[in-house]
Amino acid sequence: MSEISQAQPDYNYKVVRQFTVMTIIWGIIGMTVGVLLAAQLFAPALNFDLPWLTYSRLRPLHTNAVIFAFGGCALFATSYYIVQRTCQVRLFSDKLAAFTFWGWQVVILSAVVTLPLGITGGKEYAELEWPIDILIALVWVAYIINFFGTMVIRKTSHIYVANWFLGAFMLTVAVLHIGNSMAIPLSFTKSYSLYAGAVDAMMQWWYGHNAVGFFLTAGFLGMMYYFVPKQAGRPVYSYRLSIVHFWALISLYIWAGPHHLHYTALPDWTQSLGMVMSLILFVPSWGGMINGIMTLSGAWHKLRTDPVLRFLIVSLSFYGMSTFEGPMMSIKTVNALSHYTDWTVGHVHSGALGWVAMVSIGSVYHLIPVLFGQRGMYSTSLINVHFWLTTIGVVLYIVAMWISGVLQGLMWRAVNPDGTLTYSFVESLEASKPFYIVRFIGGVFIVVGMLIMAYNAYKTIRAPKESFGPEPEAQAA
Amino acid sequence: MDQGVIGSIFTVIVFVAFIGIVFWAFSSRNKAKFDEAANLVFADEEDKKNAKDNKQES
Repeated sequence: MSEISQAQPDYNYKVVRQFTVMTIIWGIIGMTVGVLLAAQLFAPALNFDLPWLTYSRLRPLHTNAVIFAFGGCALFATSYYIVQRTCQVRLFSDKLAAFTFWGWQVVILSAVVTLPLGITGGKEYAELEWPIDILIALVWVAYIINFFGTMVIRKTSHIYVANWFLGAFMLTVAVLHIGNSMAIPLSFTKSYSLYAGAVDAMMQWWYGHNAVGFFLTAGFLGMMYYFVPKQAGRPVYSYRLSIVHFWALISLYIWAGPHHLHYTALPDWTQSLGMVMSLILFVPSWGGMINGIMTLSGAWHKLRTDPVLRFLIVSLSFYGMSTFEGPMMSIKTVNALSHYTDWTVGHVHSGALGWVAMVSIGSVYHLIPVLFGQRGMYSTSLINVHFWLTTIGVVLYIVAMWISGVLQGLMWRAVNPDGTLTYSFVESLEASKPFYIVRFIGGVFIVVGMLIMAYNAYKTIRAPKESFGPEPEAQAA
Repeated sequence: MDQGVIGSIFTVIVFVAFIGIVFWAFSSRNKAKFDEAANLVFADEEDKKNAKDNKQES
């Protein structure tokens, strides 16, 4: 009997299951809204002359849905899973876990209702009005207590590096959200920022860029540091590098925000500081990417047979690509060309679809069989189809936006010898149109991939336990 | 002390701290500890396998 007591502790998988399923559902919804928006850009009639379906109202719905609903649910699911598995203890509190799940779903549903109605605080990636902001803060504090509480009662002596990244993500997002959302309410549905002018802009992009740095990077790096070694079946390439990676990344990211405000009313020195910090950020970013990819060293052949691992490794390649592109775009002279063009949109999506979505999808494919008592997914070949649809979709998307963005930048800055503008804005819009159609096609690829994932997950979840995957005998051999 | 001096002191402190972290991470004294930590990903899996084997035997 003593041996049996060594078995896995009774982990709380219920909350992980809930968040994992919602990751897929919100992913489909958020990305579908994105595809509709992409279509509106070349066929504006697709807003059907309804105010609720205009680009301006649906755009924040898309960003909130993919970042905070899809990405957020993926982070909740994986962080609750990772902290239990690596601390070898059940979650600190089941009640707090349930509160974070239902609370977060209420936050998302409030966004789905208020944003199309035009109720917005007007700050990018922080559009939700103050009552929802307060709920977010409450859910987030419960999340932090539950996560750190679990680490306090851990059965292992070390805190695995993934938990460091996830912990930094949670703490920083709390500070960012509460700091940037400070507002004076006029009514239940309208408030104004506590900050004014250039200070408000600086606060907004301190928040905005660290939402990228801590929500979309540190959190997902935590995911990477668990699921890449796990799926590859070998420990991370260098644990020591991961420690240096952690401290370098979190101490640098927080300073990079001003690169969103080049050539604005922000003081020049602040812009230059933001640019320098963004350039240095390249080093820890690539340190982490190399650490993840090199975990496969000596096991590259697994990429040939395991599409889940392929999702994870290709996500790291996109991460490396966008963290090279980002520092380059933060250089003031490059930014003079790229800013306010589609190049920025392409850059964001190479990070958000290539890195964040692909590492989440890979992790969810790893999780679903474990959580629902299967040895593998219903269909490995459907995972493979999903992988190729996503990869081709992302490449179509970002290449189209690169070309369109550079084209826009060049057309907008072209001047005649007498100093007048060579092109009108509408001419640049016409030049972009074919690329908007290519981007739309890329988006459709990605949504179709997500629908295939939902089907595959449904078949896996509904099947009797232990129906799929390798036989245990084969595993032992 | 003006802004510039405070900024300089802070930069030096952060730089020294970073060098300290690098030395701490790569010192041979800590190697065994970090190797063990790196394997935490698989630690609870082995227990599961043992438990399964035991169940089959009994």
